[in-house]
Amino acid sequence: MILALGACIAALLAAVGGGFLRGSLQRTALCLLLGVSGLLAIVAGMAGLLENPATLTLPLGLPWLPMHVRIDALASFFLLVIGALLTPVAVYSQGYLRHERRLAAMGVFLPLFVLGMFGVVLADDAFSFMLFWELMSVSSYFLVTFEHEQPENRKAGFIYLLMAHLAGLLILGSFAVLYAAGGSFEFVSMRNAELTPFWASVAFLLAALGFGTKAGVAPMHGWLPDAHPVAPSNVSALMSGIMLKVAIFGFVRLAWDLIGTANFQWWWGVLVLAAGSSSAVFGVLFALQQHDLKRLLAYHSIENVGIILIGLGLSMLLAHFGHPLLAALGLIAGLYHTINHALFKGLLFMGAGAVLHASGTRDMESMGGLIHRMPATSLFFLVASISISALPPFNGFVSEWLTFQTALMAPQLGAALLTAIVPFSAAMLALAGALAAACFVKVFGVVFLGHARSEAVAGAREVDGWMKLGMAIPALCCLLLGLLPVLFVPLMDAIPRALLDVSLAGHVHAHGWLWLSPVDVSRASYSAPVALAGMLAIGGLAFWWLHPKGTTVRRGPIWSCGTPNLNARMQYNATSFSQPLRRIFGGVLQPDEHVHMEYPAHKLLTKKVRHVLHVADPAVRHLHRPIGDFVLNLARIVQQEHQRGIHAYLAWTFATVLLLLAVFA
Amino acid sequence: MNTALIQQIIDGLAALMLLVSFSLLAQHRMLSVLHWFAVQGWLLAITSAFVAYGTGHHELYVSAAMTLLLKGLLLPWLLWRVIKRLHVHREVEPLVNLTLTMLIALGITLFSFHIIQPIEKISQLLTRDSMAIATACVLLGMLMMITRRKAITQVVGFLAVENALFFAAIGSTNGMPLVVEIGIAFDVLIAALIFGLFFFQIRTTFDSLEVDAMHASLVEREEEE
Amino acid sequence: MSSLPLQIAQALLLVLLAPVAAGFVASVKARLQNRHGPGLLQPWRNLAKLFAKQVVLAENASWIFRFAPYVVFTATVMAASCVPALLVDTPLSLTADVIALVSLLALARFFLALAGMDIGTAFGGMGASREMTFSALAEPALLMSVFVLSLGAHSTNLTTMIQHTLNTPIMLQPSLAFALAAMLMIALAENGRIPVDNPTTHLELTMVHEAMILEYSGRHLALMEWASMIKLTLFATLIIDLFMPWGMVAGPDAAGLLLALVAWVLKIFGLLLALSLAETYLAKLRLFEVPEFLSMAFVIAFLGLLSHYMLEVNA
Repeated sequence: MILALGACIAALLAAVGGGFLRGSLQRTALCLLLGVSGLLAIVAGMAGLLENPATLTLPLGLPWLPMHVRIDALASFFLLVIGALLTPVAVYSQGYLRHERRLAAMGVFLPLFVLGMFGVVLADDAFSFMLFWELMSVSSYFLVTFEHEQPENRKAGFIYLLMAHLAGLLILGSFAVLYAAGGSFEFVSMRNAELTPFWASVAFLLAALGFGTKAGVAPMHGWLPDAHPVAPSNVSALMSGIMLKVAIFGFVRLAWDLIGTANFQWWWGVLVLAAGSSSAVFGVLFALQQHDLKRLLAYHSIENVGIILIGLGLSMLLAHFGHPLLAALGLIAGLYHTINHALFKGLLFMGAGAVLHASGTRDMESMGGLIHRMPATSLFFLVASISISALPPFNGFVSEWLTFQTALMAPQLGAALLTAIVPFSAAMLALAGALAAACFVKVFGVVFLGHARSEAVAGAREVDGWMKLGMAIPALCCLLLGLLPVLFVPLMDAIPRALLDVSLAGHVHAHGWLWLSPVDVSRASYSAPVALAGMLAIGGLAFWWLHPKGTTVRRGPIWSCGTPNLNARMQYNATSFSQPLRRIFGGVLQPDEHVHMEYPAHKLLTKKVRHVLHVADPAVRHLHRPIGDFVLNLARIVQQEHQRGIHAYLAWTFATVLLLLAVFA
Repeated sequence: MNTALIQQIIDGLAALMLLVSFSLLAQHRMLSVLHWFAVQGWLLAITSAFVAYGTGHHELYVSAAMTLLLKGLLLPWLLWRVIKRLHVHREVEPLVNLTLTMLIALGITLFSFHIIQPIEKISQLLTRDSMAIATACVLLGMLMMITRRKAITQVVGFLAVENALFFAAIGSTNGMPLVVEIGIAFDVLIAALIFGLFFFQIRTTFDSLEVDAMHASLVEREEEE
Repeated sequence: MSSLPLQIAQALLLVLLAPVAAGFVASVKARLQNRHGPGLLQPWRNLAKLFAKQVVLAENASWIFRFAPYVVFTATVMAASCVPALLVDTPLSLTADVIALVSLLALARFFLALAGMDIGTAFGGMGASREMTFSALAEPALLMSVFVLSLGAHSTNLTTMIQHTLNTPIMLQPSLAFALAAMLMIALAENGRIPVDNPTTHLELTMVHEAMILEYSGRHLALMEWASMIKLTLFATLIIDLFMPWGMVAGPDAAGLLLALVAWVLKIFGLLLALSLAETYLAKLRLFEVPEFLSMAFVIAFLGLLSHYMLEVNA
């Protein structure tokens, strides 16, 4: 508890330091304090997972409503997630911010943003939850518009702020329902409140929509691909890596903890499952069509939130049908993917930041061959790419495997329709995972392999030690979490014990610490250490056998079936790589694609070919723009009223008084 | 042969029936549509023969033989002749993209399974399991009529619906009375003949067998008048 | 723990037999086309030749390019050693269930595609793009058929699944037939066989797998080729394990093992014979008909799932 508060205080101090100091001292203080804050959060999270929940009432806030703080298993786990990414990002920022002159805004808002996330996780009453939630949203708005000279950044920031507040409003509505049932803003009374199925559903729907908007679940995701890329890369890492997770936290807190598993209805699970599967596939399909590196990563966040939701949705279904043990498996799968995604997505954004730093561009079409210029960065990026593609022996695979195993339990649901829907969403998960692998072959291949496609990229330099260290830590964590899930899952076991009254720890390593098995070893098992050891042995043997003394390698020109005069523009680029998928999924993507040919003399003598491609996100067009327009129109009406002069003001005041009298009299 | 084996064979045939319905939906070319339609007829005949054997309803053998002759041979041959005479070998782009059609079809199958389930629980028949499949096949035939442009494919869709209904009849009540069945069989035959005549007529009037083209041509003509 | 050496021997057998199996397919196809064919051992001779040759690397090849053949080879061999071929219960089969096994192969594919992108030629990128696209579309179908198979055994562990099949009386199960059909279609796609990809093609704009390994030479090329042969045999063994494991032995006794070996080899060659027949009689699909082929595989697997619930649960 003390540690967790220590983390908060460190973040607060960082805000002060970042705001008032100047020069390199400012950067060092900011990064150091954030790093300390992250480390404290990790320790607090570990301790919280192992110990009993602790509560504390702080004499802050409103006079009749002091701030309640509680650190339980769920909060501890998310503290751990925040800390696990915050620490490396702080190290990374020490190098990344070196060339950033205007640190003042970042220095204040970055720590406040972190503080907001800590606060949300620790809050034990609706009031402080919402307070910190808004702190998180508003300070991240300032971070998104950090480079506010460009108009598109301001526009992205506006839509982001709008959607964040819409989400806040919906969450507030959900709390209002729970408040009405429980009679108090404190979570304790909400937990014990008796809810009718109708009001439980209302609270759930509001919470799902609110947190879903904030987490970027399709189709409420439109703000995300605009907002995340324009922030500085260290902030993007935090936003994609952790802030979306805080929304997941809010959802789990409200649904599992406050509304309670006893109130679950079967269609809630189906809804979450459907939202999860569609986000997963939709996110990755659109990610494949991007050629802006950071925008592509932002779309992958949508995909991964979808994967997390598939795990959570399965858990809801299984909990409703009376299989708490299997529900615990789904919950663990979802949460495991939460920490995995925080790590590898943070790492990917840091890698993208390094590339941006070195080459000055986010456009993949002008990159290439960076593996020769930036060997360390490319290695870390490769680790993250393998992890996010859900390939063994890294961590992404473990959580997706656990999700698949949960889905395989579907026959136990008993309801005929569901036993077919669940496999379908598992198939969607498989599709999303495999498409993610395709997407990261594209990213790594186009950015790091091949030839440089522009001068700036050809002259890129490797980043400094701080940034390398910042990327090395999560890369290592990705490997460890992939190799030793058997040690980590029992640590998370406190969460299902608290929320579902069931322990999974004994089941996952029933066959010994090497083998991970969901529920029972005869169902399925997976052992990353054995697989890795086996591969190392086979690979070593093959290498030793194939490299007798005196083996030499000759370098020669590229063959390419004898094609002469190759140049860098003849390579497959990001757009051409995704062409087959663009064609196959044309119905979903609705690409706007034209080819203009110029042949002045004859059709066979082409002089110039111009290819124009635009893939627009339908969510922006159909959901976010209308909402934005609506708000702007409303503002315009209010503005007109303002211009009408004193009489109009008085009339409005008078009308309000009359209305109030009518309501309260 | 014991009942359990017969049951398994009938179930297997039902599964094949479902597969054939999907295959009908998935074809690009007219000739392969016809092939699969013929296969469906054969499957029906074999199924009713097995049901006849399993239940001891001997008149079902007659209807099996009739199905074989009519739906497995005569109708496909008639349609094949039409296709040859009219030179319509390729179905142009179906109205709805093929993969999407398949997904819709899966949804329909799931739906029919969902609604039939309560009925299956009370039924004691040998063939009760195939009810859901029969329903699904009826709906899939209708889907075929909706998603295709060519009049001939629509007729095949119609005939597939009829096949599925026959299959449902075998499944739910061990077949209809023989008289009714013979009546229906002749109706179908006559219908197919009339359709055949229509095709020629339509072709000479509109120069196309596409339903949209007919509509467009009619609209044009009205405007001229 | 006498089964561990046995398991290693079994994996070794699979790895060594794989080129012969590939040679068998080539020979049968040659015979069907009225040619003599190079004989069963030709792939082995090719590999031996390549291993002896010097490696010529493109001037801009990075470490990924040199590293990839080893990853591809080791991941495939690792997957091969987790699959039970003779013994039902092998200690290593716990390392990876079917899903993890497929993911090991996906790891190999990931590096294969990266290697294709490394040199920066249009061919390599094209192959990588198509390979990843098709494998992504095959994945849902594969998962769905694994799902159907796991319904009976309540497991995705190969050992448990084999035991379940061996212990239940043989009966007609439409769902398994559907799953088998889907699995065969996916196996064709995953191994780059006709009608999805032509393994014997070179210098064609439709090639997929060959396009990615164009720049390889010497031992690197040998490892890549060998890995794809092992993958073919591995898929055949997987299909045997899942659908027709009869003949496999539970305990390591000599007579049973010999019988199991004979049964396994016969089944493998039976499947490969079917493959050569299919490759001879089928034409390669147009590139953009492959997605339709794979979505049909998915539909068939899903029908398997539905027919399991419709026909087999209540019965």
